[in-house]
Amino acid sequence: MSLEALWFVLIAVLWVGFFFLEGFDFGVGILQFFLGKNERERGTYIYSIGPHWDGNEVWLLTAGGAIFAAFPFWYATLFSALYLPFVILLLALIVRGVCFEIRHRANFPKVRFVCDIALALGSFLPALLAGVAMANLVIGIPIENGNFTGTFFDLVTPYALFGGALGFFLFLTNGALFLTLKIEGELQERAYRFSKIAVVITVILFAIATVWLWRYSIICVLSLVLILAAMLLVLRNYLKTAFVLVALCTACSVAALFYAMFPNVLVSSISPDQNLTIWNCASSAYTLKLMSIVAAIFVPVILAYQIWSYYVFRKRISPRNANIEE
Amino acid sequence: MDDLVFLSRLQFAITTVYHFLFVPLTIGLGLFVAIWETMAYKSGNSEDERIARFWGRLFLLNFAAGVVTGIVQEFQFGMNWSEYSRFVGDVFGVPLAIEALLAFFVESTFLGLWIFGRTLLPKGVHLACIWLVFAASCISAFWILVANSFMQNPVGYVFNNGRAEMTDFLAVISNPYFLHQFPHVISASICTAAFFILGISAWKIRRCSQDSALFERTFKAALFMGLIGVAAVLFSGHLQGQSVAKLQPMKLAAMENLKETANPAPLSILPGIEMPAMLSVMVHNVPRGEVKGMEDLQKAFEYRYGPGNYTPPVWISYISFRVMVGCSLVMLFFIFYGMFWFIYLKRNMHKKILLLMVMGISLPYLANTAGWLIAETGRQPWIVYGLMPTDKAVSVGVSSGSVIFSMAAFSVIYIILAVIIFLLMRREVYRGYVEKRITRKNNAIAV
Repeated sequence: MSLEALWFVLIAVLWVGFFFLEGFDFGVGILQFFLGKNERERGTYIYSIGPHWDGNEVWLLTAGGAIFAAFPFWYATLFSALYLPFVILLLALIVRGVCFEIRHRANFPKVRFVCDIALALGSFLPALLAGVAMANLVIGIPIENGNFTGTFFDLVTPYALFGGALGFFLFLTNGALFLTLKIEGELQERAYRFSKIAVVITVILFAIATVWLWRYSIICVLSLVLILAAMLLVLRNYLKTAFVLVALCTACSVAALFYAMFPNVLVSSISPDQNLTIWNCASSAYTLKLMSIVAAIFVPVILAYQIWSYYVFRKRISPRNANIEE
Repeated sequence: MDDLVFLSRLQFAITTVYHFLFVPLTIGLGLFVAIWETMAYKSGNSEDERIARFWGRLFLLNFAAGVVTGIVQEFQFGMNWSEYSRFVGDVFGVPLAIEALLAFFVESTFLGLWIFGRTLLPKGVHLACIWLVFAASCISAFWILVANSFMQNPVGYVFNNGRAEMTDFLAVISNPYFLHQFPHVISASICTAAFFILGISAWKIRRCSQDSALFERTFKAALFMGLIGVAAVLFSGHLQGQSVAKLQPMKLAAMENLKETANPAPLSILPGIEMPAMLSVMVHNVPRGEVKGMEDLQKAFEYRYGPGNYTPPVWISYISFRVMVGCSLVMLFFIFYGMFWFIYLKRNMHKKILLLMVMGISLPYLANTAGWLIAETGRQPWIVYGLMPTDKAVSVGVSSGSVIFSMAAFSVIYIILAVIIFLLMRREVYRGYVEKRITRKNNAIAV
């Protein structure tokens, strides 16, 4: 495998990490507002991702940084082409990140309520935008000579919005299942009831997507099978296995999208000669080799300590023990 | 087109200066908290632990603001400076990606473990977490300054395929500009934390709060920290000035508003006040030696790169340099004054003058901002010194309207963020070392 292809795969892996980890993270961020009946319950839900959300978000930053280092032309075109969506994404992530910190320090119920709304909104927007962006990447956006020639509304097609909805419900399912594994008591019951609804909607959306995307990539059939299996397990209350299957389904979907693009990294809807490919976007062989060595050493280390941190916080949470000792 | 360049530069200036308000305190206060946690770990003393926790709470507030404003930095090169990203990505993207892999993951994961794991982790492991967070923040500074140094003094690359391609990674990370800039930034971070701690401790001592004794301890520690920090910042700044004289003579000339080449060159203190031959002393360590002026340098640039204006906006560099050095000297005075008060006046007199120390918190912030203004505007009209002009670097596909929208949106969010962080910090300071928070009935998850 060439270095360019290797980095294409590695970047796909980073996006898998982002979609899986931030997936339940965003999902919980949205669900806390609808499942938690009072401030204390919402706080309990938020507490379940408290130690992890920041580490999950770094997957996005690293995916951005890795694209910059390995495919500078891709980085430059992608982020300038999707300028306004990324501004909205960044604003949402700023608001969201601050709210985690403010929420447990503010003693005023009103401030906490505002934080909870902001957290839900700051999780909802990225969840939606991620799907919209991914859908656009596969179908192509108007780029000519590496510059975006369209407008914001060229990005908001029905197809893209469908992608957004699909991502959104996948995130919700993921978040609800995460909560069923992390919380105990009545709050866990509520999350479980919701996960049943979410997973069914996700399966329907996946079925439509599979029909739609059939010609692009056969892997999406596998995603459909996985999410179907996950649905059956959720309905029979095998939640751990279902959570793993949803994770695999996320990985498969991202893989399907990247497989459909390969060897393009950004498809031009104007003309195929304008496509950015891994060949005309890549860094020099020296840089790719250097980055490969760095990644080979540090990615396993990162995985090890992130998994360890989930192990440390494995204990189930209830409103009783959800507090930070400072 | 010109509008777009101006707007993109203004947005970058706003977001970056704002981000750097939080970064130095994260590094410096991180070190302080880590040291005090270590003392608490060794002594098992509850006072030490209360001190570590109090400053830890302020550290976390500041850290959160630094993290969220840092996300913007990772993406705005591609968003607003796509031509730049294409041209230097092969070199510049590498330190950014390494920063994410080596620093951001460690920071975020171990900070989570430190905050939430106090009762879950063995004490030694919990202590290691905060040290890892501090180390990661230094590593983060290391890589981002490597990236910035490439813009200031490009090394380790060849011009190939119409872009800069890396040929020598070791040369990139041992860039002489970087070797001087890194210690300067780290010592500035120590100063920032020292004055932050001094100011807050002074305010608490002055209010005669019940914990005055503990705040006197942190006051004393911060004096020591500040003495080291200010000495290091002045010394490393002097070395960096000499390195700038070699690598970017135009920047130095603009800092001094030196129009004509002079030997020996005078040092301008304020407009109209000069110290003869002092600039030669600063640059060459002896009262003789030539320092190039802007007119000669402009001619040399024109000869090499063709007609154009190669002189940076002088007034920004000139004023910023005086603000930076002035603040550092006032900081040195504050440190001596604080020591005098602490040792000689036996802590009991002149408590009103402690108010000065509270105002002193602003000094390192002014100096840090001024320092970056010198570094970044003094490099103009280049985005990569001698390689790529700034006006050729913007994203041409992005409209001015989009940039105005994003700049307005970021500014509004940042102002709100500043107010919130300030109010929450003030709350924590009022609360002081008291452990249990007074909670309103039924509304809070007890913290």
